[in-house]
Amino acid sequence: MSASNSKTMNVRLKIWRQEGPSAPGAFEEYSLSGILVDMSFLEMLDTLNEKLIHEGKRPVEFESDCREGICGTCSLMVQGQAHGPVRGATTCQLYMRSFQDGELITIEPWRAKAFPILRDLITDRRAFDRIQMAGGYTGAKTGPHADANAILIPKDIADRAMDAAACIGCGACVAACPNASASLFTSAKVTQFALLPQGHADRKRRVIRMVDQMDKEGFGSCSNLQECEAACPKKISIQNIAIMKQEYLKAAISADFRAGLGSADGGA
Amino acid sequence: MSIENIPFLGKLDSGVPAGPLEKKWDSYKANMKLVNPANKRKYSVIVVGTGLAGGAAAASLAELGYNVKSFCTHDSARRAHSIAAQGGINAAKSYPNDGDSAWRLFYDTIKGGDYRAREANVYRLAQNSTSIIDQCVAQGVPFAREYSGELANRSFGGAQVSRTFYARGQTGQQLLLGAYSALMKEVDKGKVTLYPYREMLDVVMVDGKARGIITRNLSTGEIERHAADAVVLATGGYGRVYFLSTNAMNSNVTAIWRAHKRGALFGNPCYVQIHPTCIPVSGNHQAKLTLMSESLRNDGRVWVPKKKEDCKKDPSLIPEEDRDYYLERKYPSFGNLAPRDISSRAAKECCDEGRGVGESGLAVYLDFRDAIKRDGEPAIRERYGNLFDMYHEITNENPYKTPMRIYPAVHYTMGGLWVDYSLQTTLPGLFAAGEANFSDHGANRLGASALMQGLSDGYFVLPFTVTNYLGTHATELLKKVDTQHPAFESAEKEVRAGIQKILEVGKKGSRTPTEIFRDLGKVVWEKIGMARSEKGLNEAIAEIKKLQNDFDTNLKLTGDDKLNKNLETAGRVADFLELAHLMAQDALDRKESCGGHFRLESQTPDGEAQRNDDEYAYVAAWEYKGRGKDSIVHKEPLVYENVKLSVRSYK
Ligand SMILES: Cc1cc2nc3c(=O)[nH]c(=O)nc-3n(C[C@H](O)[C@H](O)[C@H](O)COP(=O)(O)OP(=O)(O)OC[C@H]3O[C@@H](n4cnc5c(N)ncnc54)[C@H](O)[C@@H]3O)c2cc1C
Ligand code: SF4
Ligand code: FES
Repeated sequence: MSASNSKTMNVRLKIWRQEGPSAPGAFEEYSLSGILVDMSFLEMLDTLNEKLIHEGKRPVEFESDCREGICGTCSLMVQGQAHGPVRGATTCQLYMRSFQDGELITIEPWRAKAFPILRDLITDRRAFDRIQMAGGYTGAKTGPHADANAILIPKDIADRAMDAAACIGCGACVAACPNASASLFTSAKVTQFALLPQGHADRKRRVIRMVDQMDKEGFGSCSNLQECEAACPKKISIQNIAIMKQEYLKAAISADFRAGLGSADGGA
Repeated sequence: MSIENIPFLGKLDSGVPAGPLEKKWDSYKANMKLVNPANKRKYSVIVVGTGLAGGAAAASLAELGYNVKSFCTHDSARRAHSIAAQGGINAAKSYPNDGDSAWRLFYDTIKGGDYRAREANVYRLAQNSTSIIDQCVAQGVPFAREYSGELANRSFGGAQVSRTFYARGQTGQQLLLGAYSALMKEVDKGKVTLYPYREMLDVVMVDGKARGIITRNLSTGEIERHAADAVVLATGGYGRVYFLSTNAMNSNVTAIWRAHKRGALFGNPCYVQIHPTCIPVSGNHQAKLTLMSESLRNDGRVWVPKKKEDCKKDPSLIPEEDRDYYLERKYPSFGNLAPRDISSRAAKECCDEGRGVGESGLAVYLDFRDAIKRDGEPAIRERYGNLFDMYHEITNENPYKTPMRIYPAVHYTMGGLWVDYSLQTTLPGLFAAGEANFSDHGANRLGASALMQGLSDGYFVLPFTVTNYLGTHATELLKKVDTQHPAFESAEKEVRAGIQKILEVGKKGSRTPTEIFRDLGKVVWEKIGMARSEKGLNEAIAEIKKLQNDFDTNLKLTGDDKLNKNLETAGRVADFLELAHLMAQDALDRKESCGGHFRLESQTPDGEAQRNDDEYAYVAAWEYKGRGKDSIVHKEPLVYENVKLSVRSYK
């Protein structure tokens, strides 16, 4: 058992408060004492909210669900960093032991045009769903398919596809990017299906439509600043962006795909 | 309750087709009513929930041509709690050539459920299992593979074959993203409309049929009405009634509980799975617990010190002869892979004897020392790297160097809405799928079989059974009901009144929803948890009533009726309080031990669960009679035509 188990600390918090999407927002300061060092960051915020309710104040709205780094719901800028100072972790995987006793901690929502703020620290990330709708699938319908082992996939390819598929759709890449680009997110999906044979039939249409949708949503473009990779809790590699750019180029210059893109029922 | 609230008059009819076990599902499909392609677009189906069950159902029904409305509480369908499943999904593919078959998967599941599940449903599940893997591979789910390029398998508890498929430690995530991508494909085609950030707060019954739902938009607070021709609830399990569980923060019973209040019977509410390998509770501040996947028991060995005085010692200093590998000792043929209920109870026994480890004494070791010695650290890292990292982050201890400390925690609920063979509840037109129904796992679920069930229900059962329902009632259903119907009117009124009441009381009281919730969780864990007794259950009921009263009169809530997470929590706690009462009642009524339900009064001389098949081989389906009132039980006898009921032994 770690020695820190019952050690406590004090924190000061500077938190973004905003009533609604079109209301103006501002920082408010709070302080908490007796916070366990082994508490998670979100448990610290739970503690703050219980205190606020008892004081008759409106609690700080933030989102979380799995609290184990897999659902992508939690999404806070902590000390100016998406998901906080620990690399390869989501906000819910942050522990108070990563902060100093008495430290002033600034907490903000994701800031990006395509992710409007709903209240306090909660943003609307549905733009990601719309990118996914534009082709983030293989098109296989429910029903009988060839035996699963009829498609042999070399282990290294399967592993690389899995690396890309590990994206949790949290949006930290967008929040960290000075251009608010969604390239890391989009490229992870594009790469997964570019690697796997199951994704080859509608490969060109997929990349064109997904990239177009990303632009339509108001995400910025990628200028290779690499902030996204550093912020990504799942360590999604920016190599995926290079692959997406290649895929896009190949698709854009090939003549045969335009027909498919334009067909009435959505094509391919 | 003022409006349509269907009393249960009939006999529980499981609707299982006649004929031999292996032919029942084929026979259902051969005889079902169809809906012709042109007519399909005239029907709409509401699917609540976008987990494996709901996501798969919504996508598949839309592919058939129905107009689907898909609801979830999250901002995106991709965040349903299925995403958190780690270990894997079972399928009787028999790729390792180790003797697996649909029959064996069926048999293991029936036995694993301690002979309290319906044979025909379980057999269908085993039959569908192989198609699920084919389906997911076609969707591009990146399952683990061997160097040959073929799919890899591992073993899970309660089975002696390797039938579990997995994607690193993120199987649920990858399967869910498969279903989610299929769903997004249908949204793109215009066949599915998404309603994210919606919480279902009631079903609307019109002329005895489910024709819609009332929802609250969680991002704005608006109350909305939605009409359709059939409603599917795939809203997950209710394990969060224990407050501390491995379930996500927003998991709830509200959707199925509101349906229960409208008249849908609730099956086996006391059957809860306590998972043996979770990170132990620490302190009083936690809001949820973290699972360490059962797959770890493929290589990890579970032990406690033989001597109490060793419990606080550094485990590496305890010599081999002073360690009690109690699962290997008690259950030599299954060893560390004994089923969950049995492993959890064994851990509790050790801790009750004073041989638990860690600061609280409520933990046992899960040790990888021997596996690392045998296979090397890189191999173990490859298999379980992310789980080890997760453990390290949470506990600040390195499991490559020192054994993990684990303890049982609530994980899954086998109980849920009672459904017949077609997954229809006792309310016509209302279906329940995935963890939300009671159907396939009896009194205990085997590892890696919830993902299988969710996808079987969603991809391969509901598309047929919902079609059969629509086809059968075509004349009535083609007369469209709109949301101006008085039934919608009054259901909405009730929902609004419920929320107003919470907000009103909340202005005056002194206890937050979370405080009452935490207290409820303690009562349920201590008295309706791993060991249950008549005395404890009666105490539980009294304490739950007190908490209910606390909630009704002394709640403290701030904020408005717009986006307000604490208001959401309060609404869910109101339902959990009622559910807890029903769980206690069900547990009291079942004076036998079976699977996860362990009555202290009913055990064998060596402390194993003692079933009583003569009196209790039935499904308990409960009818709601009002808040604070006792419910009424209806019984569906379980008839075993294909397996012989026997003592479930893993020795
Ligand atoms: C940590 C963990 C690990 C697990 N690992 C495994 C494993 O390895 N193998 C295995 O087989 N099983 C595993 N399980 C069990 C399995 O994951 C679940 O039983 C299964 O995923 C449940 O799927 P579902 O579709 O029924 O519900 P869920 O995935 O829980 O989805 C519920 C959906 O309903 C929505 N919803 C809920 N309430 C409402 C409401 N009132 N209104 C509107 N929408 C609502 C939610 O938003 C969500 O979309 C695990 C479970 C946990 C908790
Ligand atoms: S790429 Fe990384 S940061 Fe971006 S959404 Fe996916 S997991 Fe989050
Ligand atoms: S709450 Fe699920 S990733 Fe943080």
